[in-house]
Amino acid sequence: MNDLSLFSGDLFAEMDRLRSQLLQAFELSPSIRGPARRYPALNVGSTPESAEIYAFAPGLDPASIEVQVERGVLSISGERPSALPRQGEAATVHMKERFSGKFHRVVTLAEDLDPDAVRATYRDGVLHVSIRRRGEAKPRRINVE
Amino acid sequence: MTMGREERGAAALVPPVDVVEDARGITLYADFPGVPKERLEVRVDGDTVVLEGEMALEIPREMEATHVEVSVPRFRRAFSLSRDLDPEGMSAELKNGVLTLRIRKAGHAMPRRIEVRAE
Repeated sequence: MNDLSLFSGDLFAEMDRLRSQLLQAFELSPSIRGPARRYPALNVGSTPESAEIYAFAPGLDPASIEVQVERGVLSISGERPSALPRQGEAATVHMKERFSGKFHRVVTLAEDLDPDAVRATYRDGVLHVSIRRRGEAKPRRINVE
Repeated sequence: MTMGREERGAAALVPPVDVVEDARGITLYADFPGVPKERLEVRVDGDTVVLEGEMALEIPREMEATHVEVSVPRFRRAFSLSRDLDPEGMSAELKNGVLTLRIRKAGHAMPRRIEVRAE
């Protein structure tokens, strides 16, 4: 009858083991800059003409976002101000889940992207960076003689 | 990508929030990146306030995703309101993907200082 005892030490050991297995499964080699849940979250896609990067970065002043392309790396950085009251104000913080502070994320770019053809727009809290491929790298049909 | 009733049960992200209370009410800040005003819904259902939003991103038609951290284009989260809050006295503003929701305290719930007397 004791097999399913809620506080059995073995059950906890088992849960710990499962948890570490899960962690390993999801993050075999986590990024050197930290775990997966980061600000801003990034989606990256590619088209025959361009690379498209979407940074989910709500609550920023567009003028304060630093977007740079250098040595084949796109870097997005800035600082997000906190919405919370300063210490000493008569207010209670019940939940604090949103990111605040400095952020910096990088994306390694494919070699055929043109660092001089970058367009960045910020709308509804999403930074969209579009980088064109260099003309010569577009797939070309080679005639077989 | 419209938000019909049939999609209410669809998978959704949980937007992170900050909640602050002061003497006059509660302010909730929630991250809804990519959600335009037309696709954000704030509704009160009994004593529950439901926040729902659908992203509208400009994505080239022939794009193939190569790295995805945000895989679901919608957000949903609900909070229950306590009785000292007035669902009628609610205002919402969406700016740069951040929703600021202000919920006033009901008139009678405004803090009243109760004097503590020493015997």
